[in-house]
Amino acid sequence: MTKFIIIMLSAVFINNYVLSRFLGICPFLGVSKKLNQATGMSIAVIFVMLMATAVTWPIQTYLLDPNNLGYLQTIVFILVIAALVQLVEIILKRYIPSLHKSLGVYLPLITTNCAVLGVTILNIDEGYTFAESMVNSLGSGLGFFLAMVMFSGVRSRIEGADIPKAFQGLPVTLVAASITSLSFLGFSGVIDNLFA
Amino acid sequence: MNKRQNFLKGIIKENPVLVLVLGTCPTLAVSTSVTSALGMGAAATVVLLCSNIVISALRKVIPDKVRIPCYIVLIAGFVTMVQMLVKAFAPALDESLGIYLPLIVVNCIILGRAEMFANKNKVIDSAIDALGMGAGFTLALLLMATIREVLGNGTWMGIEIPVLADNNISIMTMAPGGFLVFGILIAIVNKITGGKKTKKDFGCAGCPSAEICGKASCGEKEEAK
Repeated sequence: MTKFIIIMLSAVFINNYVLSRFLGICPFLGVSKKLNQATGMSIAVIFVMLMATAVTWPIQTYLLDPNNLGYLQTIVFILVIAALVQLVEIILKRYIPSLHKSLGVYLPLITTNCAVLGVTILNIDEGYTFAESMVNSLGSGLGFFLAMVMFSGVRSRIEGADIPKAFQGLPVTLVAASITSLSFLGFSGVIDNLFA
Repeated sequence: MNKRQNFLKGIIKENPVLVLVLGTCPTLAVSTSVTSALGMGAAATVVLLCSNIVISALRKVIPDKVRIPCYIVLIAGFVTMVQMLVKAFAPALDESLGIYLPLIVVNCIILGRAEMFANKNKVIDSAIDALGMGAGFTLALLLMATIREVLGNGTWMGIEIPVLADNNISIMTMAPGGFLVFGILIAIVNKITGGKKTKKDFGCAGCPSAEICGKASCGEKEEAK
């Protein structure tokens, strides 16, 4: 149990996907302007991350590894994720239209989100079991959610600020991201001391 | 546009990292040291060159409706090849790039160039475009990595720099330093170009998810106008 908690906490805080691993920067910078969009995108990411892990982990363990096809990992994973996202979108559209309405626009965007492909590959690289992989994916998704929500708050404050012309738009957003990410550095070492 | 301009635009006028702002994830992640930045630049350039050539050659064969999945499969294939080559001949580089090597698949620069350039132009032009963009990506990475490694570690490609080595600002090699240097570099580019060329001018048209993204964020700006 302790192991799950450690994986979870380190995925959310210490190895935060956006702020320390630099995965999923595009949606982080692009969709974090408004809180409701940030929330919608993050929930879609958590959802797809969990689904993708649930599908890719068995494929790698029971299909690719026994047949010495490990080198096909990248091709298979990206295809599976792309197909999965399409499938999820079709199912949501048919059966849960209200959820499709709120998540729908974000789903196709996620196919090319490196955080999703990243988490599935990292789960294999770290040698996690299926349960650990799922916990890690959930933690990574929640970490993405946390970063997005925090950052949309930061950005709403930037909106009203008086910024030098050259820094307007993306540059000031990046500087703000730098400070947000600085705050996350404070978490490093916390987990080790917590369970030492 | 002649061939020389075609090559040079990738380096300065339409620099993929600093002007088009594509491929931010690898830029921020591997620019901690000059060596890994060069490795990443080279790997991405090879993939970009191969994918641009093949996509351009097949542009009349691939049906328009399924072009994005086709491109992704082709790119993933080339990335796997590069990955195997790096693992075999440069294991140290493989170690330092880690997860970011397979993630070249989802690097927007590659899909972006396929969509923006290769599927509309001849093979040779596409190859030149790929080389220019690859060089632009590598140079931008190199610039960022130089700043971060010199200030953060006091070294350049492992060579110690006398005074700086004792007074290093270690935050520069960590995550916040990446965001900060990138932000300041883009601000400098904005200052030089007078902010005329922004991502909107090139970026959205070439981004494979422009339409969806537009609904999510860009669209509102246009509505507001």
